[in-house]
Amino acid sequence: MGRPIRFILNGETVEISNLPPNTTLLNWLRYQRCLTGTKEGCAEGDCGACTVAIRALDADGQMVTKPVNACIQLLPMLHGTEVVTVERLASPEGALHPVQAALSECHGSQCGFCTPGFVMSMWTAYHSEGKPDLARTNDLLAGNLCRCTGYGPIIKATAEAYDRPRAAWDDADAKAAAGRLAALGANQGLDYAAGGKRFWAPVTLDAFAALVEAHPGATILSGATDVGLWVTKHAFDPAEVIYTGRVAELREMHEAGGQLWIGAGVTYRAARARIAGLYPDFGELIRRIGATQVRAAGTIGGNIANGSPIGDTPPALIAASAALVLRKGAARREMALEDYYIEYGKQDRRPGEFVEGVRLAVPADGGRLGCYKLSKRFDQDITAVLGCFDVAVEGGNVRAARLAYGGMAGVPKRATHAEAALVGKPWDAATVRAAMAALERDFTPLSDMRASAAYRMQGAKNILMKYFIEKTEPATATRLVGAGTGAA
Amino acid sequence: MEMSDDIQDGVHQPRRHDSADKQVSGQAVYADDVGEPRDLLHCYIALSAKARARVTSVDLAAVRAAPGVVTVITADDIPGENNTGPVVHDEPMLAVSETTGGEVHYAGQALFVVAAETIEQARAAAKLAVIDYDEQTPILTIAEAMAAGSLLQEPYRMARGDARAAIDAAPRRLEGRITFGGQDQFYLEGQIAIAYPGEDDDVHIISSNQHPSECQHIVAHILGVPSHAVTVEVRRMGGGFGGKETQGNLMAGAGALVAKLTGRAAKVRLDRDDDMILTGKRHAFVIDYEVGFDDAGRIEGIRFDQMARCGWSLDLSAAICDRAMFHADNAYYLPAAEIVSYRCRTNTVSDTAFRGFGGPQGMMGIERVIDEIAFALGADPLDVRRVNFYEPQDGPGERVMTPYHMVVEDSVSDQIVEELAESSDYSARRAAIREWNAASPVLKRGIALTPVKFGISFTTTFLNQAGALVHIYQDGSIMLNHGGVEMGQGLYTKVAQVAASELNIDLDRIKITATRTDKVPNTSATAASSGSDMNGMAVRDACEKLKARLVRFACETMNVTEAEVEFLPNRVRVGAEVIAWEDFTKRAYMGRVPLSATGFYATPKIHWDRVAAKGRPFYYFAYGAAVAEAVIDTLTGENRVTRVDILHDVGKSLNPAIDLGQVEGGFIQGMGWLTTEELWWNQRGEMKTHAPSTYKIPACSDRPADMRVQLWARGMNRELTIRRSKAVGEPPLMLGIAALQSISDAVCAAGGYGVYPALDAPATPERVLAAVERVRGV
Repeated sequence: MGRPIRFILNGETVEISNLPPNTTLLNWLRYQRCLTGTKEGCAEGDCGACTVAIRALDADGQMVTKPVNACIQLLPMLHGTEVVTVERLASPEGALHPVQAALSECHGSQCGFCTPGFVMSMWTAYHSEGKPDLARTNDLLAGNLCRCTGYGPIIKATAEAYDRPRAAWDDADAKAAAGRLAALGANQGLDYAAGGKRFWAPVTLDAFAALVEAHPGATILSGATDVGLWVTKHAFDPAEVIYTGRVAELREMHEAGGQLWIGAGVTYRAARARIAGLYPDFGELIRRIGATQVRAAGTIGGNIANGSPIGDTPPALIAASAALVLRKGAARREMALEDYYIEYGKQDRRPGEFVEGVRLAVPADGGRLGCYKLSKRFDQDITAVLGCFDVAVEGGNVRAARLAYGGMAGVPKRATHAEAALVGKPWDAATVRAAMAALERDFTPLSDMRASAAYRMQGAKNILMKYFIEKTEPATATRLVGAGTGAA
Repeated sequence: MEMSDDIQDGVHQPRRHDSADKQVSGQAVYADDVGEPRDLLHCYIALSAKARARVTSVDLAAVRAAPGVVTVITADDIPGENNTGPVVHDEPMLAVSETTGGEVHYAGQALFVVAAETIEQARAAAKLAVIDYDEQTPILTIAEAMAAGSLLQEPYRMARGDARAAIDAAPRRLEGRITFGGQDQFYLEGQIAIAYPGEDDDVHIISSNQHPSECQHIVAHILGVPSHAVTVEVRRMGGGFGGKETQGNLMAGAGALVAKLTGRAAKVRLDRDDDMILTGKRHAFVIDYEVGFDDAGRIEGIRFDQMARCGWSLDLSAAICDRAMFHADNAYYLPAAEIVSYRCRTNTVSDTAFRGFGGPQGMMGIERVIDEIAFALGADPLDVRRVNFYEPQDGPGERVMTPYHMVVEDSVSDQIVEELAESSDYSARRAAIREWNAASPVLKRGIALTPVKFGISFTTTFLNQAGALVHIYQDGSIMLNHGGVEMGQGLYTKVAQVAASELNIDLDRIKITATRTDKVPNTSATAASSGSDMNGMAVRDACEKLKARLVRFACETMNVTEAEVEFLPNRVRVGAEVIAWEDFTKRAYMGRVPLSATGFYATPKIHWDRVAAKGRPFYYFAYGAAVAEAVIDTLTGENRVTRVDILHDVGKSLNPAIDLGQVEGGFIQGMGWLTTEELWWNQRGEMKTHAPSTYKIPACSDRPADMRVQLWARGMNRELTIRRSKAVGEPPLMLGIAALQSISDAVCAAGGYGVYPALDAPATPERVLAAVERVRGV
């Protein structure tokens, strides 16, 4: 039973057959391979000190390079990919890569502990896109915390690296990597067993569905941006894991018949551009989920299935009238997304069933959807309150309203009293104030470390007013960052 | 022989950090990167679940029996003193005994240590402990502590003149309160120590630690062995910021104990959550103030009651709270002042050093007062600041005396502030912002300029000493060692530049080596911004000794006078002969000259009488100022700092690139303290913000998009510091107060400038929204 995990580490193929499947990439790199350049800062994917690059072939055979947090990647997830760590970047003779040289010479390292993570974020960007402007740099580096520099020298170095001569050895290696990956046999699935634990990574949707049906107690794993924390923070050691990440069909995203289909395995990163094109504000909301590393790993389906009270994408999807498709074996079941959430920690998912994807109508006016995320920090912060609104106005009156909130109840939830206060009424400030008051009947939020109940309620009310102001007085400045700039 | 005109990378050159290339390539070795010996044990420290309780019974049988467990250590197993307290011995290293139970004083206090073959085994085993607690109601807040009279020390008072009478006699008066939170150091590298048992009583400890000597002494006391048996080594830290001044003692002590009891190497590495729960932070404060002033805003008398949450033990709180008092004046002359400090004992983690060491908290009080005076007068706060500054250096000496009776001889606040106000276009922008606000109903902008005057020296006078060790090898290469530690601040680089310039040789001839207690003994913490001042001088002393020996050797063997010996760049002129450095040192070796020297420095002029609260605790002051501009969303309280201009005085900079990095990084850290960084406890006393998911230090995009940072070109230390430089580690952090005040100015705009916002910190969206509602009378 079982096959070894095979992937490439810094150009060299490795096979793993005896380590527990919940071994994190970071621990393996540091303590098994003695590659100590990659650091642990938090073991929860929030500081970026453990950032490494993953190269993989996409469905078209094109190689993609993306940054991930090694601390919450489990080894079997790497099957069929290449892992590049900071130790790989300098030339065999020790010449620094342009991103390393720029960071060093711009005084971008002080204590240096976050530095390898920054280097890897910069390096993946260097291989994936052109020279970034300040806004793009902020986004590229949002998942890497530095406590010493104040970021100025790092921002400078990120762009400056592009002005330096390219590293011939590194470009040659990037070229060779595609061939290495093809030779690995990336189209094969994985059935890994060690220490009495099992990890499946099927490659077809039918095989995936069959496994989930046959093993209803198994943990379904996608990007591990949440399950990874169960492992690092709570010693989670599941007997059976079924991984979505190698099922190409789950990563499909397509438009047909006026409907947008988003497969459960579509990452935030992949979904963002498409969604931003339809709903600019939703695109910006996705930009503010985690940071580049988290968005490269985390998936829309994982976000939905996980049932977080905050939700991130669910309130926006609910406001956009998304339908959820669940599958068990060959059978499918479809429901309005808001109906999936029953209560805190409980969703309408039956044993053996999994989230296959969501379906959205392609909107006539996606600009009507407003998304408002309140958190202590703009980037890479967990939401305190999220409000996503779609109010249709006809002849000065509200024809339809969908107000979905996260962080206000045990589940992402529509504000039905507030919606009722709007529908059929004139679209004016008095109506909005009535809807704001009605929110008191919709929600009884909690106080916690992110915000007090009072702030959550006041914020939930005020973002509705903000939406109204934006829709009726577009000339009024209302956004501190990122108004409708979700694309890219 | 290459005959360059100058050495490479001497003092005042913007040489990059000595480890930069190693750091960007992942080759720089931190404690956890050191190769693990095959017999290494991994230790887990079990934490108290309760904030305040009597531990009535402790059953660790299941822990001992768990897979992989090699030993379990409680208070019963400590051969020496069960204490990690650095000043007062009030901090048991481990809280429980299996025979007598114990007492716990905060949720997260260290109970016992499990050592196992893997960290996973140690952690899993610790969960099997059965601990019975008899809980009491914890004292969590400053208000609760003040009401209960829960203080660690008697209140301490500093005063000059009759503040009460001056306030009462003043034409105008106001009073108020400011409340602001603590701050986690959030060094990226968590606490760690690895202990290797040696012969006899010996133990060698690799630690991430700002105070190797104190760690050595405390570990020796825990083990009950002489200090000579314990060696602590620190090559570099992944950040410290004060959080590794005393807080590493527990990890080092636990590791050393396990190593000596088992004969195996032992690693204690805290994960992020345990680190943030277990170790101390910046002190939260509540400051009550009362001030009398005239119609120009000039302060005539002032009173402060500074109430600090210190946590459960004293740690460094006495000195920290003293420093808050020393900075209650910031850059302003207070003709009559009374400052009373209350050191509250609470059932929370014992708060400790953090960059600024109380100074930021002290300044927060006076900067609030100045801002509120300006509001009361309808004046620009900058004008109120101007009329209150200490008299400029070389003035008539009328407005120079601090509340602690030290004369401020070196004030350059006025010069820096005028230059900055001009270069930042402060006045025109302030007017433009007010005009913009009038037309913007939702977003409001604000601007503020705040100064910093920060006292340099340990206020505990005896700590102001440093040692160094310099070897010259036969080939002319140099081994440099001193008592300071490298935590990213560039100390090693700056001190090596000093050595290069003193010996007049290229920097790359000098090997910077790890700080070790067996190389330079009895050192002070690398803290109080003193690292390059003191260690630079100690290294200079060692270099001067070596040069004197070399000169004497040249005179004796080559028949020249002292005046005929000159240290040229990388060579030595002896009479008519010019000799390459490496040839000269080889000759000196052959001539049996001792080529190793120690150096020492004790900061002059300083003295402090704590009983009288009078003296000169500081050798000099560092100055700076910042202008911040912010924008807030009045519907949500969200806020951003959009532009910052800084002018900061580092004297004659030892390394302008490194100093600039300290200024910029310090500002952002100070801004984080006052904006996004919020520590939050639940009612049971459990701190719930113990990871970056919940505790938000500034991210890349929080850096103001427009940031203009300059070192003050006219900077020059009046005192004879190393190369006339000034300390730079802590002072820039307090420039971050400008960020808070700019947000406050924007909040004030939301109320049409009619109500004073009295904005507390951190200025989270929640606090800002509450302040907006207050000024709008909602």
